[in-house]
Amino acid sequence: MRKQDIVLVLISIGFLIFLYVLGASIYKNQQAKKYEFMAQENASTFVREHSQTLGSDDAKVYLVEFSDPACETCSAFHPFVKKMMAVNPGKIKLVVRYAPFHDGADYFVKILEAARKQGKYWETLEVMYKTQPYWASHHNPQPQLIWKFLPSAGLDLEKIRNDMNDPEIAKLIKQDLADAKTLNVRKTPGFFVNGKPLTIFGYRQLQELVESEIKEYY
Amino acid sequence: MTNLDQASNANWTIIFICWIIASVSTLGSLFFSEIMEFPPCALCWYQRIFMFPLVLIFLTGLFPFDKSIVKYALPLAILRWCFAFYHYLLYSGIIPESLQPCSQGVSCSETYLDLFGFLTIPMLSLISFSTIVTLLFILKRRLSK
Repeated sequence: MRKQDIVLVLISIGFLIFLYVLGASIYKNQQAKKYEFMAQENASTFVREHSQTLGSDDAKVYLVEFSDPACETCSAFHPFVKKMMAVNPGKIKLVVRYAPFHDGADYFVKILEAARKQGKYWETLEVMYKTQPYWASHHNPQPQLIWKFLPSAGLDLEKIRNDMNDPEIAKLIKQDLADAKTLNVRKTPGFFVNGKPLTIFGYRQLQELVESEIKEYY
Repeated sequence: MTNLDQASNANWTIIFICWIIASVSTLGSLFFSEIMEFPPCALCWYQRIFMFPLVLIFLTGLFPFDKSIVKYALPLAILRWCFAFYHYLLYSGIIPESLQPCSQGVSCSETYLDLFGFLTIPMLSLISFSTIVTLLFILKRRLSK
């Protein structure tokens, strides 16, 4: 075993790792710039006319969330997002976009959109997220079970059954999925804060991104 | 320096080059999946299975240089090459799409990357492992002399 061989291999390892990290940071930067550009030039990819929003119209921080009613992590993030909005009153506007990647998840989006016609959108979303473990288990999904829980949101179920088949809703889901593809959202929840993607996923990272935008605009 | 020394130096260098190629390929494939977030298709996973261990096998074979490295590395590298070749044929359309094994999730023939009009991911894979297999065969002949 020669010393210079060991040195050569160690230097190579260091160099390769350096290249990887450098490449990663260059790539992430480039992506962030691309989205920033899209947020300016093509804002409708992030917020469509049909998109459901929560929060003041004067808010300067737009938190766009691509979500799926059947996704566990979306459900886990929901209270966190609402807490962030409560801590910064009037500064954050939540925009809900749909990325129903789970099998059959568009069924729940349809119920949700039908509930919107009764003015019970957010109540229904709360109920869905809370009862999710009962109807959305991965090994045994039972979408029909959701009907047992819906009355607690104060909904007219007969009307929901009629409204959820509105072709407008199917069109809306299709548009959201197309935008998710454009924005490279492959997992839910997918967050964008004023067009900036959440590059490293996590509660703390999302909070930092939101706080940095609040700092910039307030 | 004697002839024998020079010969063993060259043998060491061959494995070193193999290790570099395997490491670059491994880091490259991780870059595509972890940083650029291209989902790896089924065929990519089979190639990864045979490639990841090679990085460590080549490395341990370097310190100290171990002749039996060929015996352990060659089967992995050849299998890896077969998958790469099959993937390349699929990708370039020589084998029709209906024959591909991955029906669910990610398509094995979707183009994610196209550098200079001909360097695709399966192409890179085929080039790197053709080189490794060739180098290992050269080493095998040199050692049996």
